[in-house]
Amino acid sequence: MDWQGQKLAEQLMQILLLIAAVVAFVVGYATESFRTMMLIYAGGVVLTTLITIPNWPCFNRHPLKWLDPSEAEKYPKPEVVAVSSKKKSSKK
Amino acid sequence: MHTFGYRANALLTFAITALAFICAIASFSDKFSNQNPSAEIQILNINRFKKQSHGNDEVSLTLDISADLQSLFTWNTKQVFVFVAAEYETPKNSLNQVSLWDAIIPAKEDAKFRIQVSNKYRFIDQGQNLRGKEFNLTLHWHVMPKTGKMFADKIVMPGYSLPDAYR
Repeated sequence: MDWQGQKLAEQLMQILLLIAAVVAFVVGYATESFRTMMLIYAGGVVLTTLITIPNWPCFNRHPLKWLDPSEAEKYPKPEVVAVSSKKKSSKK
Repeated sequence: MHTFGYRANALLTFAITALAFICAIASFSDKFSNQNPSAEIQILNINRFKKQSHGNDEVSLTLDISADLQSLFTWNTKQVFVFVAAEYETPKNSLNQVSLWDAIIPAKEDAKFRIQVSNKYRFIDQGQNLRGKEFNLTLHWHVMPKTGKMFADKIVMPGYSLPDAYR
């Protein structure tokens, strides 16, 4: 997932779980059934899992723009200083 | 949040936190229920009243217990444990409580009942103090919720007494 997708997935997960919890409690309280509350909440958790965990295409709509390889050649890596030059200075 | 593992972990911890939250609210909602339990106990018969071979008094009773504990049940109640205890005072102990009968009520429909039963557990004194003794019969109940704290209460019924002589 790209960065925007990750942010979207995290927000979706939190909102969906909160909604599932609220709906589960309200329906359970209204029907006086603890079991109903648990079942609705479990269903909400499974639904959220299916929506936010796999790598859906909607989370990849802003892919990262990596630099072209040709750009990298313009900025070569710095060279490593040779060990022999140090020995010369100590002799003096 | 860039691998399945990270997202799955975040989802699981958030889901469990939210679950704890709704269970806490469910337990709190119990405070708003109206509770008015009632009970009545009659002693039908004193079957046996003797002194045991090692010196302690023992009584065997038949009790008629009727109770309506339906208002104690809420959506968050798993079961109610109810027991009857005899309470009295002796020179040796300021309070003696002897449990005579108990039961587990699993559902609201079973909470209104009337039974005639002899005491399930033996009523034995520490000593020989029971002749002519006046005692209270208390009906205690413990409400065990599906989530949350268990709470207990009781009804005290005074005015029962044992005969003055052994039978």
